[in-house]
Amino acid sequence: MWAYICRRILYAVPILIGVNLLTFMLFFLVNSPDDMARAQLGGKYVKDEAIEAWKANHGYDKPLFFNSGADGLDKLTQTIFFQKSLRLFLFDFGISDDGRSISRDIKDRMWPSLAIALPTFVVGLMVNITVAILIVMFRGAVFELIAVIGLVMLMSISGLFYIIVGQYVISVLCHLAPISGFGTGPADSWRFLILPVIIGVISGIGSGARWYRTIFLEEIHKDYVRTARAKGLSEIRVFFRHVLKNAMLPILTGVVVVIPLLFLGILIMESFFGIPGLGSYTIEAIESQDFAIVRAMVFLGSVLYIAGLILTDISYTRFDPRVRLS
Amino acid sequence: MKLVLLWTDCLFFLLLAGIALMVPLSGRNIQLREQWGRVFGSRVGVASAMVLCAFLVTAALDSVHFRPALENAGSNTGGQIHYSPRVLSLLDCIFGELNRPAEKTYSVPFASHAFCKENVLTQSGDVVREFPRLSYGGRHLEDPENEKLRDIMSRTGKAVVHAFMLWALIAVSCVQMLAWRQNRSFSGSVVRIWRPAPAVFPWRTVFAVLLVIFLVSGWLYEMSRVYHVLGTDKVGMDVLFQALKSIRTGVLIGLLTTLVMLPIAILFGVSAGYFGGWIDDVIQYVYTTLNSIPGVLLIAAAILILQVYMNNHPELFDTEASRSDMRLLFLCIILGVTSWTGLCRMLRAETLKLRSLEYVDAARAFAVRSHVILARHILPNVLHIVLISVALDFSGLVLAEAVLSYVGVGVDPSMNSWGNMINSARLELAREPVVWWPLASAFFFMFCLVLAANLFADAVRDAFDPRTRMVK
Repeated sequence: MWAYICRRILYAVPILIGVNLLTFMLFFLVNSPDDMARAQLGGKYVKDEAIEAWKANHGYDKPLFFNSGADGLDKLTQTIFFQKSLRLFLFDFGISDDGRSISRDIKDRMWPSLAIALPTFVVGLMVNITVAILIVMFRGAVFELIAVIGLVMLMSISGLFYIIVGQYVISVLCHLAPISGFGTGPADSWRFLILPVIIGVISGIGSGARWYRTIFLEEIHKDYVRTARAKGLSEIRVFFRHVLKNAMLPILTGVVVVIPLLFLGILIMESFFGIPGLGSYTIEAIESQDFAIVRAMVFLGSVLYIAGLILTDISYTRFDPRVRLS
Repeated sequence: MKLVLLWTDCLFFLLLAGIALMVPLSGRNIQLREQWGRVFGSRVGVASAMVLCAFLVTAALDSVHFRPALENAGSNTGGQIHYSPRVLSLLDCIFGELNRPAEKTYSVPFASHAFCKENVLTQSGDVVREFPRLSYGGRHLEDPENEKLRDIMSRTGKAVVHAFMLWALIAVSCVQMLAWRQNRSFSGSVVRIWRPAPAVFPWRTVFAVLLVIFLVSGWLYEMSRVYHVLGTDKVGMDVLFQALKSIRTGVLIGLLTTLVMLPIAILFGVSAGYFGGWIDDVIQYVYTTLNSIPGVLLIAAAILILQVYMNNHPELFDTEASRSDMRLLFLCIILGVTSWTGLCRMLRAETLKLRSLEYVDAARAFAVRSHVILARHILPNVLHIVLISVALDFSGLVLAEAVLSYVGVGVDPSMNSWGNMINSARLELAREPVVWWPLASAFFFMFCLVLAANLFADAVRDAFDPRTRMVK
């Protein structure tokens, strides 16, 4: 088991290097540090000295890949690629353009993000599966038709609609929850989480419940279900003892596919609800064109994704004895 | 007048031509004909396809661009004609005056007076604070309070009658054609359409949807000539017109992204599955790497870089339209680059399965070359996956555009798109009284397109996916 996990983690290294190279190319080869400095300092009419000073300040005054001016190992380490990209592997994200430590910011902002993403994810999962089970149990009835049409309609509504209208209805019209913001401690923060979590769950029902419904439908036509029914088990028992257990495997796959999407979800949610998490951090960075932060978040995002992939493979073995680690 | 062919226009028309070419080709193949027959044989399938077609037509109208000649510019420059820097499309022509701000600021749908009070100079020279008349909406009315309702009713009546007559003309000629082809009397044909036997092409649905499309578009056109049907936005632009112009952006993002994504996904997916070995390893590595970067961030990074590049090279773009068009194209490319991985993985898995089947072995035993095997034996058998995933992705891409524009990495802010409309209108619900129409219109149009796309995708999946066919 441990050997397998170690191997998977080692396998992740070339992928992360690839991610790094890609972002590096995007950020430095297409636009030289000069362009970046000019964009940061504003406009075309910036003096060369100012650009040089900006580059020296932010550590962009080195060659890209190979420093022929330095000696020994410094030839490779005193380069932008090494300093800016490979350092990310040590989770050393450097400083942002406004001079703050990115690692520290990320540590501070991680908790609000988790406080939103985890409840949304867990509650959403349970709601989606419950809805899907209900639809499948009442299949063939008019209820199914209405529910399926309803799901397609829910799915076709833009996520922004849920956020904007949800904020308006729940907070402005009904005054049920604060519209946005975040508290200082866990005690007074939870109120602010209600609205984003509710909206996050509702906006996910359409596609989520539909997806689980297809999984259940596929399972329910298999032979073992017929056998179970033939044994005289009640429909409820068949469903919860047999179908649900066997549907666990495809559900797991689906769940992990969603993990990187969580990142997208919180990105929008946080900036709408004024929550000081990683998502709003990234959006602010994009708006102020702070490449250091965007690069750090790209790296972090891919680490999370790969961790998610490894987790699924491990959990496969827990749920499906047929899968062997190899 | 000078025709302007923007890059996205070119690709869009190429794509339409490609689709038009595919129709007779797939008509020759018995299996494909049967499957498409099932798609269009379902009422939901044919209805959603027609709505999609209506959107496509609007987008196509909006994709024929030209620059009108400036009128009195020829005289003082020695006969040389100068063209307006504004690029117009056929859709702009249809709506005439609405393509530039018609009012000063907000106005309610069908309003004849402005939404905000202003200082108005009366004839006697006093300054009164009141709601001034709009310069476009309801300007033909003498006394809006009393006349408006009747005017709206009579115009509605006119539009309905016109739309109905056009519809009746088309419907009657269609039914007559059918009657001739099936050797039936006209009334017999009508009865058959009205009470269709199961598993017959749902003509009744076609005619009903056609009538609805005619009624809605006719009514909107008739009304928009004298009113702001969906009000105006903050700078006085007609919201209906903006929403209609946004159709092109939404449709193009959905279609062009697919165009970018398909070749990469098919080529890589099929060859990874078929050849295996190091090719498989490399391709798997590439898509795992790309997949592990959160898509939004990759898009954001790419768009930021494009922006810096464009700012440094302003000489490459002669009009504002070509500039925003470049950004749209680039957005499609980058969306395509981030979204081919899912399809590629599915194609690889399917090819792996197909590779070990006997007919492929047989082809190999006859020393058929690899690329011929791929083209003749593998590709046709994975096409259903391609088709289903294209249909499913389309709606997701339309929705993604809105989110990206909100983040600020979507299409150019000067371009009409639902995302930009939502983005600029999102604080309007907090106003008192509430300004709801720009937001509602953007969401409604987007909803219609995405719903139609989703329903069509469902119909395609039901017809092409062997698994769902088994379940049925």
